[in-house]
Amino acid sequence: MNGGQDLGGTHGHGAVKPEPNEPVFHGDWEKRAFALTLAMGMPGGWNIDMSRFARENRRPNEYLDMTYYQVWLAGLETLMKERGLVAEDEIEAGRPLHPPKPVARVLKPEDVAKTLHRGGPTERDTNTKPAFEAGQRVRARNINPVTHTRLPRYVRGHVGTIERVLGCHVFPDSNALGKGEDPKWLYTVRFDGRELWGDQADPTTQVSVDAWEPYLEQA
Amino acid sequence: MAHDHDHHHDHEHGSDLDEMTLRVRALETILLEKGYIEPAAIDALIEAYEKKIGPRNGANVVAKAWADPKFKEWLIKDGTAAMESLGYGGRSGNHLVVLENTPNVHNMVVCTLCSCYPWALLGLPPLWYKSAPYRSRTVSEPRSVLKDFGVELPKDTEIRIWDSTAELRYLVVPMRPPGTEGWDEEKLAQLVTRDSMIGTGFAKRPEDLQ
Repeated sequence: MNGGQDLGGTHGHGAVKPEPNEPVFHGDWEKRAFALTLAMGMPGGWNIDMSRFARENRRPNEYLDMTYYQVWLAGLETLMKERGLVAEDEIEAGRPLHPPKPVARVLKPEDVAKTLHRGGPTERDTNTKPAFEAGQRVRARNINPVTHTRLPRYVRGHVGTIERVLGCHVFPDSNALGKGEDPKWLYTVRFDGRELWGDQADPTTQVSVDAWEPYLEQA
Repeated sequence: MAHDHDHHHDHEHGSDLDEMTLRVRALETILLEKGYIEPAAIDALIEAYEKKIGPRNGANVVAKAWADPKFKEWLIKDGTAAMESLGYGGRSGNHLVVLENTPNVHNMVVCTLCSCYPWALLGLPPLWYKSAPYRSRTVSEPRSVLKDFGVELPKDTEIRIWDSTAELRYLVVPMRPPGTEGWDEEKLAQLVTRDSMIGTGFAKRPEDLQ
């Protein structure tokens, strides 16, 4: 979606302000919001692309005004409400009002290290051949889906070079919608700064994105 | 300055914090009473990212790459396998690409769409990495972003920006500082800063350790 999350090249956000000796979390609630989000992935059964869409799918001004973990929390609430795990009236009341929904699995403390170590690999076996090879010129398609996509606006319509062929990976645009993993070939595509930003660009800058095959066409 | 970074963690703004504290506490109670979570698992997740999984992991990888040219070659060719040989990997680090900074090429990592970051090697990202200023400007004006970090590169250095739009995670191997010949990995690792592995800083110099 062309939402508030797609920030590359947008203006007016001000200076980057590194915080010296920054703690991992700012306040106890951030820790809890973070850990609840990770833990609920198991009973909730959603995937990373559904999570990302639940976070970004809101009014852009809201997205930009919320803190990072406020966005996470809002995304978590959305995912749980969609699946009937928690209802809006419970969130408003701050206590359970309805019986729990049966869940397949709950994250056990003894499984935390194992679960983190496994992570979520996205590469899949395939019988297909990649359509592009390293060195080939490609254009990022001018697509504008209202649903989840990982092709940033700032590269759409622009021509770049295939830098690496990365294997066949879960396709977020499909996975976010619950339409299956639908693995597609993934490429690192490098763009010249001037191709993206015109004459004002620093000529020494090259920008690359990782783009799935459906995002690309031969240039 | 419509969405100033400070806005996102204003410590003076106590009422915001209280509201979030209450909201998260209530949600945790609901999830607990419904049997969806186990409190000890919540604590273990927090402990993992506060105490165990952090930039020291990445610093160990970089130090080994500096000390052992064969390992560096492997790391750049197959970052995932090389990292796993040291026991690192998993969540937000299943597919690793390693980039080497040289006097001619400076690599810098960003996620313009969200906050993708190599958790397995660097822990959770700092606020600035997730902030709108960094996510918006890095791809279009990297040198001015570097200035915000007090970093200036020679005018003819090529700047390579890697926007983490898929599940590949990127780690920068900064240039090894001069005056560190013969240092062992443990000592070298002390020079490797988090920012130097993102590309918004350099490794420390030996004199910085004094």
